[in-house]
Amino acid sequence: MNLQLRLDEGWFTVCAAGAVQPGRGVAALLPDGRHAALFIDRTGRAYAIDNRDPFTGASVLSRGLLGSASGRAFVASPLLKQRFDLESGRCLDDEEIAVQAYEVRLG
Amino acid sequence: MPPTLPAADRPTLLLVGHGMVGQRFLEALVERGATESHRVVVLCEEPRAAYDRVHLTSYFEGKSAEDLSLTPVDFMAKHGIELHLGEPAESIDRGARTVTTPSGRSFAYDVLVLATGSYPFVPPVPGKDAEGCFVYRTIEDLEAIEAYAKDSTRGAVVGGGLLGLEAAGALKGLGLSTQIVEFAPRLMPAQVDEGGGAALLKTITGMGLDVRTGAGTQEIVTDEAGRVTGMLLTDGTELPTDLVVFSAGVRPRDQLARDCGLDVGERGGIKVDEECRTSDDAVYAIGECAQTVDGKVYGLVAPGYAMAEAAADAIAGFPGSFTGADMSTKLKLLGVDVASFGDAHGATEGCLDVVYADSRSGTYKKLVIDPDGKLLGGVLVGDADSYGMLRPLTGSVPPVSPEQLVLPAGAGGPVKLGPDALPDDAIICSCHNVTKGQICACGTLPEVKQCTKAGTGCGSCVKTILQLLPQSGDKGLCGCFGHTRAELYEIVKVKRITSYARLLDEHGRESARGSEGCEICKPTVGSIIASLAPSIGAEGYVLAGEQAALQDTNDHFLANMQRNGSYSIVPRIPGGEITPEKLIVIGEVARDYGLYTKITGGQRIDLFGARVDQLPGIWARLVDAGFESGHAYGKALRTVKSCVGQTWCRYGVQDSVRMAIDLELRYRGLRAPHKLKSAVSGCARECAEAQSKDFGVIATASGWNLYVGGNGGMTPRHADLLAQDLSDTELIRLIDRFLMFYIRTADRLERTASWLERLEGGLDHLREVIVEDSLGLCDELESLMADHVAGYSDEWAETLRDPERLARFVSFVNAPGTPDPTVQFVAERDQMKPDLQVLIPLDAEGALSVR
Ligand code: SRM
Ligand SMILES: Cc1cc2nc3c(=O)[nH]c(=O)nc-3n(C[C@H](O)[C@H](O)[C@H](O)COP(=O)(O)OP(=O)(O)OC[C@H]3O[C@@H](n4cnc5c(N)ncnc54)[C@H](O)[C@@H]3O)c2cc1C
Ligand code: SF4
Ligand code: FES
Repeated sequence: MNLQLRLDEGWFTVCAAGAVQPGRGVAALLPDGRHAALFIDRTGRAYAIDNRDPFTGASVLSRGLLGSASGRAFVASPLLKQRFDLESGRCLDDEEIAVQAYEVRLG
Repeated sequence: MPPTLPAADRPTLLLVGHGMVGQRFLEALVERGATESHRVVVLCEEPRAAYDRVHLTSYFEGKSAEDLSLTPVDFMAKHGIELHLGEPAESIDRGARTVTTPSGRSFAYDVLVLATGSYPFVPPVPGKDAEGCFVYRTIEDLEAIEAYAKDSTRGAVVGGGLLGLEAAGALKGLGLSTQIVEFAPRLMPAQVDEGGGAALLKTITGMGLDVRTGAGTQEIVTDEAGRVTGMLLTDGTELPTDLVVFSAGVRPRDQLARDCGLDVGERGGIKVDEECRTSDDAVYAIGECAQTVDGKVYGLVAPGYAMAEAAADAIAGFPGSFTGADMSTKLKLLGVDVASFGDAHGATEGCLDVVYADSRSGTYKKLVIDPDGKLLGGVLVGDADSYGMLRPLTGSVPPVSPEQLVLPAGAGGPVKLGPDALPDDAIICSCHNVTKGQICACGTLPEVKQCTKAGTGCGSCVKTILQLLPQSGDKGLCGCFGHTRAELYEIVKVKRITSYARLLDEHGRESARGSEGCEICKPTVGSIIASLAPSIGAEGYVLAGEQAALQDTNDHFLANMQRNGSYSIVPRIPGGEITPEKLIVIGEVARDYGLYTKITGGQRIDLFGARVDQLPGIWARLVDAGFESGHAYGKALRTVKSCVGQTWCRYGVQDSVRMAIDLELRYRGLRAPHKLKSAVSGCARECAEAQSKDFGVIATASGWNLYVGGNGGMTPRHADLLAQDLSDTELIRLIDRFLMFYIRTADRLERTASWLERLEGGLDHLREVIVEDSLGLCDELESLMADHVAGYSDEWAETLRDPERLARFVSFVNAPGTPDPTVQFVAERDQMKPDLQVLIPLDAEGALSVR
C-alpha cells in the first residue's frame, strides 16, 4: 500500500505506507518544489499538510509530534510548538494562521 | 494602526506622575484609542519609567530594576507617547493651562491628569533627618538602605503596619538585628483586629524580630558626626540602632493641586468626582493622590487601577465611574499569610464574629457575619488559603455554616468550599476587577492574564484562578491523563508497562482512551519508560519500536534542531577533559562538513548547521574517534563541569576532574523529568560553579560536600548543602538516591530546584528520605541506578549499527539523496550562520495562505 497525495495533476505517490511510523511524519518533495508533511496516526489514518512552519519559515512540520484534541489530529511544530490541525491545516494556537492541507489516501 | 493626526491638531493630554497608576492609565488610554486622538506627554519625577512598587522588596531578593519594570520597552514609542524622565512638575497654571518644571520648561495641556501618588510620612521628631534615616518607597530608597546597611549591625523600623513589617523583613534579610516600633497597641492596626495582631506578633517575634507596640518615637539620637546611634521612645526606653526606616504611613502628594487652588480633602487628597475629575474640569486626579467620592484616600494599587480606568473612560468618552473600592488585602509578610477583606473590623451594626484562634500555630481567623448570616468580611492570619474563596462570597450567605469556614480541615471543618461554589459575578481578581465568569471564559492562566489582566497585579488571586481553570483542581498531566507524572511513574513501574498505547488505553482519561494522545504526555511517558527501562523490561534504546513515536524531535534525531531546521551536535566530553587528538577530530569533522563551532557554557563543543541527512555521516566519524552522544537533546544528564583541581591548582584539595569524569560516566544517558547538570570544584573557591547545579560537589580537606537543587537559567537558585565530608563511595551512593528519588517524584519539566522548593518538608524531608532512609526506599533507589548504569549504551553507536534506524535521517522520504534546499547558510566571522532570508519572514505574502 502506498501513501498518495492529491495534487492538481492527480494522485502523487510519496512512499510505501510502511515507511511512516504511526504517530510520526515524513517530508516529501513535490514535483513543483514544495514540501509536504505526511503523517499516519495510531489508527492508521493518513494526513498531509505543507511542511513549512509559518512561524519560523523552516521546513520542519513533518518532524513534530502528533496528538489529538477534541477528537481531531494535530501536529505540534518542533520549533515553537504551535499546533496545526491535520485536516484543515489551521493553527490551533493562532486563528489567523493556517498552512495548506492536502487530500491523502492509502492506495 | 489608523492614521494619526499631526501632533499640532490633537489636544494634548499631560500626565504628571508615572507610577503604577500612571502606567495603568496610559494602558487604558491605548485600549480606548485615546493615544491616537490625543498627543500624550508624561512627566516622570523618578529617573526610570513606572515599576512595580508593590513588589519593591523583591529588589533585595535579587530582582533588578528591569525585572520590576511595568513599562514594556517599546511601549512609549509604539503608542507615540512622550515620556520625560527625571522631569517633575513644579507648578500648574490653570488659566494658561501650562505646567512648568524646575528645569524651566513649560508644557501646555488641554487635559491634565495628576497621578503623583503618596510620600512616606515622617513624624516631626528631632533627628529625623540624621544620616542613617530612610524611607521605603522607591528603588533609590532601597539602594541607599542597602549601601548604609553594609556598615551597620542594628536597624529599627518606625511603624508596624503593612509596609513597616515589609521593611523590617528586608532589614533582617540584609543581616541587621531588627526592631519594630509601633505606636498602636498591635501590629498592622489598619488591617487586623486585636486577635489577629496577637497571632501576628507571636509569629513575628518567633522569627527573631523585636517588636515594641504601644510606643512612639520621641527622638532620633545621633553622634557628633550626625549619624544615627539610637532612638528615644515615648515610654522612656532608648533603643540603640545604626539605621532607622520610617514607615509610619503615607500622605497623598497633593501640594501641586493645593498651590493652584484645586479642592483638596481635609486630611489631604485631591478631591475628585466619580469620573476622577477635580474641581477643574480639565484636570483629573487618580491613584493615591486622590480623595474619591466616598471621601477616602486609597493606599492600595487596586482602587488606583480602577480610578485609572474611570478617568480613561471619561477622557475617551466612554461611560465609567469610580465610586469606591474594596480594601481587601492579602499579603505574605515575612512568610506569614495575612488577609483582611470587607468589614474586617466589624463596624456594621448588629454584626457577629465567628473566631478561630490557635496560638500554637499562630493561626487566627475571624469572620464577620450579619444577623441573617450574610458574610460581611474577615481577618485571616497565619493561614489565608481560604481568602480567595471567602472574599468573593462577601455580601452573600455562604452555602455552609461560618464555623465550617474557619475550622481547620479535620476539626469538624470538612467542607473545603471550592471556588466552584462561587457565583459567576463574584470578583476573583480585585486588582483588575475580574469576575469568575470572565476567568472561566479563558482556558489557561496565560490566556486569563492576557485577556483579563487578572493575576497580573498583586498576584494573590492566581491560586484561585488556577482552581477555576479546566485542568485545575485536576492535577492531571494533560488532557489525556488524569494522573500526575509521579503517579504515572508508579503505574509504569509496578505494572511494568512498556507501551504508551497500553498506558493510555488502560489508564488515560476516559475521553482520551484509544486516541492519539498529545505532545505533552508522549515525551513524558517516553522518558519514564526510558528511566525505568532495565527494570521493567523495556528496551533501553530510546528509539526502539513504538518508543520512537513518543520522543520529541530532538530525541528522535538525537540532535538539537536549530531555527532553520538544521541540527547541532554535541559530543560528550566528560568533565570537560579532552585530548589534543580528540580536539583535532572535532576540528576536522567540523571543517569537512562546514559546521559552525562554538565552545558551550557546559565545557564542551557544539557543532552547528548539520542537515538531518548529514547526522549519520558526522556521527560515524565521531564514534570512530571514541566520542559518544552528549545528550544535549535529551531531558537527561548534560554535563558535569569540573575545575582543574588538586592536580594542577595550588589551592585544590581533591582531584575534581577525576570525580567529574566518574560522575558524568555514571549518570550519562539517564533520562529524567528535566535536564540534569552537575559540577565538581576542587576547593571552596568553587571555580566550577557547583552550587548552581542540580547536584554539585565541592572538595573539602576530608572528602566532598554535596549540594543539591541548584539552578542557573531563568530562576537561579543556590543549591542546598545536603551532606558534608563524604567519601567517594558515600558521595556516589547519595547522588544515586537523590537522582532516582527526583526522577520518581518530580513533575514533567520540573528541574530539581523547583522540585525541592515544592517538596513537602523541603530539604529536611529530602535528607530524611535519602540520608536516613525514613521511607525504606534507599535500597530500591540504589538498585534502580545500578540497573541504569549496567544497561547504558551509547545511542549514536546503537543507531549507526542498524541501517533501518538510519532510514529516518533523510530530508525527503521520496528523494533520500536530495538535501533540504531551505537549509542555507551565509558567512559570518570566518564561519557560517543560518541564512534566514530563504525562510521568508512570517508577514510576507503567501506565508499565511488560508485554505
Ligand atoms: C549550547 C548552549 C549555549 C552555548 O552556546 O553555550 C545552550 C543552548 C541551549 N539551551 Fe542552555 N545552553 C547551554 C548552557 C546552559 C547553561 C549553562 C550551564 O549548563 O552551565 C544554562 C544555565 C544553567 C542551568 O541550566 O541551570 C542553560 C540554561 C538553559 C535553560 C533554562 C533552564 C532553567 O532551568 O531555567 C533552557 C530552557 C529549558 O531547558 O527549558 C535552555 C535551553 C537551551 C536550548 C536547548 C534551547 C532550545 O530548545 O533550542 C539550547 C539548545 C542547544 C543546542 O541546540 O545545541 N538552557 N543553558 C549551552 C550548552 C551546554 C552544554 O554543553 O550542554
Ligand atoms: C514597599 C511597598 C509595598 C506595597 N505593597 C502593596 C501591596 O501589597 N498591595 C497594594 O495594593 N499596594 C501596595 N503598596 C502601595 C502601592 O505601591 C501604591 O498603592 C501604588 O504604587 C499607587 O500608585 P500611584 O501611581 O498612585 O503612586 P506611585 O506608584 O507612588 O506613583 C506616583 C509617581 O508620581 C511621581 N510624582 C510625584 N509628584 C510628581 C510631580 N510633581 N511630577 C512628576 N512626577 C511626580 C512619583 O515620583 C511617583 O513615581 C505598596 C507600596 C510600597 C512602597
Ligand atoms: S575551585 Fe579551587 S581547586 Fe578548583 S580551580 Fe578554583 S581555586 Fe583551584
Ligand atoms: S487580586 Fe491582585 S492580581 Fe488579582
